[in-house]
Amino acid sequence: MNRFLIPAGVFVALAGILYVGVVHSPNKSTMQSALLGKAAPKFSLPVLGEPSRTLNSTELAGRPWVLNVWATWCGACREEHAALVDIARAQQVPIVGLDWRDEDDAAQQWLAELGNPYAVVAVDREGRTAINFGVYGAPETFFIDAGGHVQYRHVGAMTPEVWQREFVARLPRAGLP
Amino acid sequence: MRTRVLAGFVVLALSLGMSARAIDTTVLPTDELQQRYEALTHGFRCMQCQNNNIADSPVGLASDLRRDVKEQLLAGKTDDEIRASMVRRYGNVILFNPPVSPGTVWVWIVPGLALLGGLYIAVRIVRRRAALVASDDSVVESEDSQR
Repeated sequence: MNRFLIPAGVFVALAGILYVGVVHSPNKSTMQSALLGKAAPKFSLPVLGEPSRTLNSTELAGRPWVLNVWATWCGACREEHAALVDIARAQQVPIVGLDWRDEDDAAQQWLAELGNPYAVVAVDREGRTAINFGVYGAPETFFIDAGGHVQYRHVGAMTPEVWQREFVARLPRAGLP
Repeated sequence: MRTRVLAGFVVLALSLGMSARAIDTTVLPTDELQQRYEALTHGFRCMQCQNNNIADSPVGLASDLRRDVKEQLLAGKTDDEIRASMVRRYGNVILFNPPVSPGTVWVWIVPGLALLGGLYIAVRIVRRRAALVASDDSVVESEDSQR
């Protein structure tokens, strides 16, 4: 009896540690952003469909906004697009698109066909801004508060549930810095 | 026969070398920069593919990150500064060799502890059995006397 006590104890302890690890570890596909609580990277990029206009991230300061990283080559972006269009209709917070490593023509056609949820779309053809945001796969959606700090990053397709739980819920605290 | 095998190995080695070069053809102006570039890019994880480094990955994001490393090298940044800039944007997960911190030190300690524990158990079992055999000579003798 006694000789099984120690191995059984070790087994239970190990199982407990692994259980906690499995349950509490964030999904590998949705790694937490390294930018949480930090200032959102600055950028200055051309605006999709308005070649003469440049969007500077400083224009967005002073109120909360959402950055949605997408591309026409991205399957999950097509999946989430209808949800984004619905979300944008409620006009709770401006959604800025970041068209990542994409073709302008294809992107414009996409928005014409599927609807345009974006207040403005910045074109990141070389992927420099995406790197600065720590993007590793599209779609990714960032919530940035009025003080310009990244409060949340969602990896993967946006859904109404995620939008309510992680974005709308943060709005009341995202006001002025 | 032997020469044919040797020739096969030579072809294999050459083709391996070629495929490694095919993904990243970046050339930096000096040997020193080139060496640092290769060391750095081999130390950053390709975040899209998890188990590749950015030097060996053909995906677009990896080539963007290689360009970023190259530009920082040309701008005179040190290796530490470049690594810090990657960690700032992507977190420690981008490093294949993450730093020791209070949170991660267990990754190094636990295997050592497990090894020592296993060694202790093994020694105890061997000692106990040795003691059993040494004290229990009656069985051996009775077997002998039966023959």
